[in-house]
Amino acid sequence: MPVDAVFASLRRPVRNAAVALALACALPAWAETTTPAIDPALAPALAADPALEADVMELSHKLRCLVCQNQSIAESNAPLALDLRNQVREQLAAGKDKDDVVDYLVERYGDFVLYEPPFKAVTVLLWLGPMALLFGGAGWLAFRLRRRRDEVAAEGALSAAERARARELLAGGGTGTSHPESPESRS
Amino acid sequence: MKAKFLVPLLLFFGLAGFLAFGLTLNPREVPSPLIDKPAPDFSLARLDQPEQTFSLKEMQGQVWMLNVWASWCVACRQEHPLLVQMAKQKIVPVVGLNYKEVRGDGAINARGMALEAETGMAIERARRWLTDHGDPYVLSVLDIDGRVGIDFGVYGVPETFLIDRDGRIRYKHIGPITPDALQNVLIPKIEELRRAG
Repeated sequence: MPVDAVFASLRRPVRNAAVALALACALPAWAETTTPAIDPALAPALAADPALEADVMELSHKLRCLVCQNQSIAESNAPLALDLRNQVREQLAAGKDKDDVVDYLVERYGDFVLYEPPFKAVTVLLWLGPMALLFGGAGWLAFRLRRRRDEVAAEGALSAAERARARELLAGGGTGTSHPESPESRS
Repeated sequence: MKAKFLVPLLLFFGLAGFLAFGLTLNPREVPSPLIDKPAPDFSLARLDQPEQTFSLKEMQGQVWMLNVWASWCVACRQEHPLLVQMAKQKIVPVVGLNYKEVRGDGAINARGMALEAETGMAIERARRWLTDHGDPYVLSVLDIDGRVGIDFGVYGVPETFLIDRDGRIRYKHIGPITPDALQNVLIPKIEELRRAG
């Protein structure tokens, strides 16, 4: 994910500020008053194997932190996010595949931990709603445009007399041949 | 189709209705998938007798509550008097799950601390807190690393689980228990579970 790259490219003070910000929302609302100490020891543990660590981070980006709800457990430094990341790392290291790890978390925290909600009966509207709106709207627009075209066609083109009158009006519009406006009527 | 101009207005009211309903929901209260499922089993050291462990089967046959707490948790202080009062009135047995007593406390750097040292510190702190604030629990158990908490889907402290005679989780209260929640939700549910047999 680009987030990591962006994070790594930040200059130190900016990075520290980002960590502080992450820590600031690291506790649930009802325990907000205890602020964790900002400590380099909070830097996440890493698996020795870089391939494994890459898997851990890839999976962690798909899992929502329940404390900082708009962050994934890869981005959040909430204590729970650290615990869950450690769980992911531990279970992947033990040879479980990614689906098992996801199931493990869904069993405990529900579909809410998934950033990509599964497609099932209660999420049909969520998944198909935007598409239904798009196609419905496009269909409605096509219907209206066609009907308008038919209406215009039904009214028919201008007759020869109408054309002549239109030409006369256009040509004579600026010359004052038609009714001059009386100054009184202006006020 | 004279009332055509009302269509956008009606759409607006429909949308406003959805949004108004959304405002009444609390996004921090994530519904637990564990409701009506067997409570995850565990075996943890007791706070009063750390050499002994406690597991779910000891509460089999009773309707009881598991309350997640820690001495560093400020909101626990808020709900604690209510738990003490519930214990006096013998409303329901409550088992305390002391959650990450040491490493959950942001003021302490528990990294690199030996498990025995951490456990000793947790016992000392938790006991002192219960002495100071009153002990409403049948007993408390020590979840030093928060693993049992994860099994229960705990994502903040306090949380309270209502468990039936067969060991199934029937209700989860997120955040401090309020007198209102106790009277209007928990007590009726406890009575219903007791009646159910």
